[in-house]
Amino acid sequence: MTRAVFSPAGQSAAESSPEVDMSTSLGSLELPAPVLTASGCAAAGRELDQFFDITELGGIVTKSVMLQPRSGRATPRMAETPSGMLNSIGLQGPGIDQFIEKDLAWLEQRGARTIVSIAGSNVDEYSKLAQKLRNVPGIAGIEVNISCPNVENRGLVFACHPDSASSVIQAVRRFSDPKMPILAKLSPDVTDIAEIAHSVVRAGATGISVMNTTLGMVINTDTMRPALAGVTGGLSGPAIRPIAVRCVWQIRKALPDIPILGMGGIRTGQDAFQFILAGASAVSVGTVVFNDPSAPIRIQHELAQQLADHGFSRLSDAVSYAHRSADVEILDVDEVEIEVE
Amino acid sequence: MSNPLQIRGEVLDVKRAGSYFVISLTAPGIPETTRPGHFLNIGIGGEESSMLLRRSFAIHQVQMRGMYGGTLDIVVGVNGSGSQWLSERRRHDPLSIVGPLGRPFVLPKEKVSCVLVGGGYGSAPLFMLAEQLRERGCRVDVVLGASTEEKLFGTLHIKRLATTLTITTDDGSSGTQGRVTDVLPEIMEKSDSAVVYACGPMGMLAAVAAVASEKRAHSQCSVEESMACGIGVCMTCVLPVIGDDGVTRMVRSCVEGPVFRGDRVRWSDIGTVPADTWGAPVEGGH
Ligand SMILES: Cc1cc2nc3c(=O)[nH]c(=O)nc-3n(C[C@H](O)[C@H](O)[C@H](O)COP(=O)(O)OP(=O)(O)OC[C@H]3O[C@@H](n4cnc5c(N)ncnc54)[C@H](O)[C@@H]3O)c2cc1C
Ligand SMILES: Cc1cc2nc3c(=O)[nH]c(=O)nc-3n(C[C@H](O)[C@H](O)[C@H](O)COP(=O)(O)O)c2cc1C
Ligand code: FES
Repeated sequence: MTRAVFSPAGQSAAESSPEVDMSTSLGSLELPAPVLTASGCAAAGRELDQFFDITELGGIVTKSVMLQPRSGRATPRMAETPSGMLNSIGLQGPGIDQFIEKDLAWLEQRGARTIVSIAGSNVDEYSKLAQKLRNVPGIAGIEVNISCPNVENRGLVFACHPDSASSVIQAVRRFSDPKMPILAKLSPDVTDIAEIAHSVVRAGATGISVMNTTLGMVINTDTMRPALAGVTGGLSGPAIRPIAVRCVWQIRKALPDIPILGMGGIRTGQDAFQFILAGASAVSVGTVVFNDPSAPIRIQHELAQQLADHGFSRLSDAVSYAHRSADVEILDVDEVEIEVE
Repeated sequence: MSNPLQIRGEVLDVKRAGSYFVISLTAPGIPETTRPGHFLNIGIGGEESSMLLRRSFAIHQVQMRGMYGGTLDIVVGVNGSGSQWLSERRRHDPLSIVGPLGRPFVLPKEKVSCVLVGGGYGSAPLFMLAEQLRERGCRVDVVLGASTEEKLFGTLHIKRLATTLTITTDDGSSGTQGRVTDVLPEIMEKSDSAVVYACGPMGMLAAVAAVASEKRAHSQCSVEESMACGIGVCMTCVLPVIGDDGVTRMVRSCVEGPVFRGDRVRWSDIGTVPADTWGAPVEGGH
């Protein structure tokens, strides 16, 4: 694999700035850089490619695709909230066949690393999606969005129950290429996120994406009705960042070896650095793209700067660094094995 | 079509016009590719702002060069905290801008007669349009409507660009008391118009599109849907639109609009997903 080395932003090469090795991996999924887009916030990469070179990112996580075309929900589909927003899109999309034919083909031709996010309304749909993706070129990994209602079980969200979460992951694992990296994307709306993480890892997930949006609601005081046509919606943006950092931390504690793709309200390289220190090996940028369409690449450069400023020459040395025991300090970073218990 | 730019602009001037604010700003690179009907997305409250979503504004006027390079004007009606913040900007304040965005108005190839209908600040993008239609030798009749006189925008200025100007207000404080569609049929008959261009609230657009269809004229309507991203990545800004193949889809108004053919938008179904929409929920499905 080629290793991308970034000069921290704002310093010219002549200043002999410490170059940071930004390459990382999520299990067998090797990435030259650690920042990805978050599903549903970058469509299939084409629009953002107008603002920056998407192949410079770690990867593009595409909008969750379902088996069939979906119209999504009625409007209004969004409401702005303090430092965030609510959305209730309802997984509008073209369906897997058209997605493979148009979006995936474009991404492959463009040379982007693509993580395909899939969503289903029952376990069988997830199996069929995995089958459809098997042997399709240009897929670096699959992210399984399990924050969907299970129509066969009273609409309960898969991600909220260890058994239903693991049955989805098991199905995707069974029907996917055995070497395909599979990330299970977890919802924070659970009592014990570590328990869900354990169950999806046992079911064959090679990594965890965390977090999806958390359920919220806004009432429009003019109409005196819910602001969203879907009544409730997913809260995202900087408002949820501390919840997301907590989720990464708890999963890292419970599962020292499972790779984590962290996300939730990342706005700056410093925010991304928090996720890395808490245990994420890579991060996704979502809602902030709406504010700053070039945020993913900006954040990637800012993260390199953060790492350099803190004395890290490799991103991988910083992963989980906040979990180190009290007597390990940064000056030893090259010598010590970071202990994670 | 050229790519939108993400740039830092600077406020040159903020002027009051009735109940609106006309903000002039530097926007290097944007005027060159702007066409009538394009819009901008403006960041609110600076880099640390808790108002994360950009606000959308039609591009009113552009100046290619001058003392400050490319500059442009927007017309802001104060609505909530974002537009309030914008109205409080002063000369030299920086603004984060993304644009030009969206699909602009389609101009006729022939010298046909056109009617331009603006509701409230909806007249903002019609000035550039009127100029370009006149340059092509088209007859341009303009109808501006609002609830009351001070919510009309640009009546004096647009008069110079228009063959005729008709004004309506709900309260009769200026022009004819009533709605734009009360006067539109007669204007269309007199000018034998082939195309109607409209920008304003959804209800007005629906009514204008209906009049145009009745008169067998083509209509181009610029819609205003809530947008989270404005660049086509989030799917919040959709409305039901009938495609060339006759199939209704939930279409993104930020990239496939904001200008749509009036006869293609399912106006009365906005805010719903009609049952025959491509991918609409089916019995037992989602
Ligand atoms: C393509 C397009 C062109 C527009 N052109 C103009 C213009 O030239 N002049 C002008 O004054 N206004 C224009 N608007 C409307 C303008 O974007 C809203 O008035 C503004 O977003 C309101 O923000 P706020 O913070 O003041 O209101 P708030 O109600 O506090 O806004 C809350 C959220 O709702 C959204 N929102 C609220 N009202 C509207 C609306 N009417 N349309 C879209 N989103 C809305 C905001 O973007 C924000 O995300 C346009 C909208 C669109 C989509
Ligand atoms: C408009 C919108 C659409 C989203 N769509 C999806 C989706 O299709 N699949 C998914 O797994 N997550 C989806 N998400 C969740 C994001 O991928 C991300 O997990 C979450 O928003 C938290 O990150 P953020 O705060 O950086 O946005 C969506 C979020 C937003 C705001
Ligand atoms: S506003 Fe995001 S897709 Fe149109």
